[in-house]
Amino acid sequence: MANERPKADVVIVGLGWAGSVMAEELTRAGLNVVAIERGAWRDTSTDFPPAVDPDELRWHTRRELLQPMSVETTTFRNKTGQQAAPVRNWNAFQFGWNVGGAGTHWAGMSWRFLPWDFEVATQTAERYGQERLDSLMAEGLQLQDWGVSYEEMAPYYDRFERIAGTSGKAGNLNGQKIKGGNVFEGPREREYPTPQLKDTNWMSMYRQTTEGMGYNPFTIPAGNISQAYVNPLGVTMGPCTYCGFCDFHGCGNFSKSSPQACILPALMRRSNFTVLTETEVLHAVKHEDGKTVKGVKFVTRDGEEGFQPADVVCITAYQMDNVRLMLLSGIGEQYDPATQQGTIGRNYSYQTCSSVTGFFSGAKMNPFIGGGALGVQIDDFNGDNFDHSDLDFIGGAGIMGYSTNGRPIANMNGIRPGNKRWGSEWKEAYARDYQEVANIFCQGTSMPTRDAYLSLDPTYKDRHGQPLLRLTFDWNRNDASMIDYTTKKAVEIMREAGGEDIMVDNQAEASWNPYKQHSSHTIGGLVMGSNPATSALNPYLQSWDCHNVFSVGASAFPNNGGYNPTLTVGALAVRAARAIHETYINNPGPLVEA
Amino acid sequence: MNRREALFSLGSMAAAGGLASRAGAAELKGFPKQTAMSADHLPTPARSGGGFQVLKSETDQKTVKAVFDRLIPADDFGPSASEAGCLEFLDDQLSGDYGAGKALYLEAPLSPENEEAIMGAPQFLSTPRERYETGLKALEAYAQETDGAAFHALSPDRIDEILTGLEAGEIDLGEGVNGQAFFELMLQNVREGYLADPLYGGNRDMAGWKMIGFPGARYDYRPYVDRRNEDLGLTPVSLIPND
Repeated sequence: MANERPKADVVIVGLGWAGSVMAEELTRAGLNVVAIERGAWRDTSTDFPPAVDPDELRWHTRRELLQPMSVETTTFRNKTGQQAAPVRNWNAFQFGWNVGGAGTHWAGMSWRFLPWDFEVATQTAERYGQERLDSLMAEGLQLQDWGVSYEEMAPYYDRFERIAGTSGKAGNLNGQKIKGGNVFEGPREREYPTPQLKDTNWMSMYRQTTEGMGYNPFTIPAGNISQAYVNPLGVTMGPCTYCGFCDFHGCGNFSKSSPQACILPALMRRSNFTVLTETEVLHAVKHEDGKTVKGVKFVTRDGEEGFQPADVVCITAYQMDNVRLMLLSGIGEQYDPATQQGTIGRNYSYQTCSSVTGFFSGAKMNPFIGGGALGVQIDDFNGDNFDHSDLDFIGGAGIMGYSTNGRPIANMNGIRPGNKRWGSEWKEAYARDYQEVANIFCQGTSMPTRDAYLSLDPTYKDRHGQPLLRLTFDWNRNDASMIDYTTKKAVEIMREAGGEDIMVDNQAEASWNPYKQHSSHTIGGLVMGSNPATSALNPYLQSWDCHNVFSVGASAFPNNGGYNPTLTVGALAVRAARAIHETYINNPGPLVEA
Repeated sequence: MNRREALFSLGSMAAAGGLASRAGAAELKGFPKQTAMSADHLPTPARSGGGFQVLKSETDQKTVKAVFDRLIPADDFGPSASEAGCLEFLDDQLSGDYGAGKALYLEAPLSPENEEAIMGAPQFLSTPRERYETGLKALEAYAQETDGAAFHALSPDRIDEILTGLEAGEIDLGEGVNGQAFFELMLQNVREGYLADPLYGGNRDMAGWKMIGFPGARYDYRPYVDRRNEDLGLTPVSLIPND
């Protein structure tokens, strides 16, 4: 093939959080790593310094840090039998478009999943009986464990937190519950790298209100770090300034955990690391026996095709693209909802959410004081932290009072109900309500179903003529019941806090579509597990079908926790990379027998 | 050249490709030594002077002004949309990547009924610039047909009535124009112009930010976090430096 590059030990497809974490581990172990990234090189001082970053129109409204749909989009339908349509405009999905990936423009909420989230099937049967589990499965849920426990994940979470400098307060140190932290979290072996962030006005009100109601409020663990910090790679971060230009923006302060702020300064200086920018991997190329791949085919921005041979291929792109690349490479079998055969595209899921808005007459919320991960949460109704014996659902939601931003265009409809969105009526309402509005967000679990899945679209193509990924998804009954229940709790909190003119936006009340979502957390489709009949990857994120292919991303989650995904993605990346350099590279083959 | 002019000049050069843009696909080994701002990430101010680029027709300009100044009229809370520069903002936005729909997926086929049903809103293969071109002409034709007058000559009450009808999906602007969607597009853009950084031609004198009390492009609120529930009295600042 023309333009065949020298062989690498490992090729990384997509240099976002997962790719950067893996490349750092692998190069430190001495392996020769080449990363291939579709987007351009971007860095703090050259691309989003403080004189460039606080620009809502450019970064948030026009989303200039994100990959445009004209480069690649998805198609979507609610159920099989419908004709899927392409997602043409900006929507829920936030593909990265630069070195650093979505890790550059994310908000920074840095959660560990609950122990329950990794073992929903087993723990539901243990706590509520096998019949309960059977009945959920009969209803159409496709529950399955991850093949890895929280206890096994804890050291990897710890490693990622140290790299990211995560701010927070422990609520469970080695089993000892600590008030003020999240008492529902799984045990952690030590405190967070940096202390929790400060409370804004609304956070302080939310904390006092929920505490008074007998709940357990705590500050959300944040990748907007509270003080200067030097991470284990020797990279220095600075303190968050509460500027409120965080999600969809870069960070000019070196204070948002990102590949730029935490990993690339060390990684780029290693002589055994190379990154090809503005170069897109089209697919992996299999050996003739089909059991392994020999490398990846790519095309540069200028249209030149090439081939990167490697002993190991790590697919670490956006969740959607991980699944798409496996399908385009012919690795594994496409999932079929009619027969439940095949594993690629299986267990797609989203994040079940709602928001509750209230108004406080005369208040000065000063919403411009913000951070992407700035908020106070209760987990009393998340996961299985409350008794579901008499409830008609499993799962739950984190319920947060947040202060992420006061960007004026984004919030221009945040006015009391009944007011027009234009004319002097809007001006009067917005002039008053900008300072008086406060929001609660319920970020819930999502359980996989037989009918929700990913496949290649038969009609629509990307700019290279390759099929787009097609999403078939709608809310399921269990998750709709869950978010109805937790939203009512959030309304009670808003009332108790003194909020008036309360508005509720429960997203599961109508069919899912990509333009309505408040969450961007798209998961599954290439899930890990201990059973090759129901998972695409083994518990080390290794393909069951091609043993030298590993893939890390939220695509590996068999179900969604009531949390943001990034910390779990980062922890899985550490786990996969260590499996490669500690075991696989010396003895290539399946790390788990099928 | 003062600082303000320098910034505008630099941005315009970058926009015109006058500065070296990134070379394209690159193989990077070692930490990039480049320390200058990436040309394509410099702020790109709205074009100033030289007249409208997209809204060239005088009738179109008057129609947009008539609509925008009812969506955001002058009152005790601040200037009107046109006084705040929202027409210049719109024209500049429509003349660039946004107007050209550069980020959008505009590949056929588009089955309008199916896509609207699935996505919960009408979908288009046309760009924002094209939608304004057809939408403004349709508005003018509607006024001529129903009122026998130019749209911009209608009374404020009558314009409000038409806008209310468009918002509710009760007015048909004819073949090829979805009136309700066009209303939403105009409402989105006029409020963007009123609330975006003055760099982009609107929000003149930061009137939109003063209306709500947004301090603008500030980057450090650490001294204020603990002053909860206080009127902080912060004067807004723009990305355009003071002279």
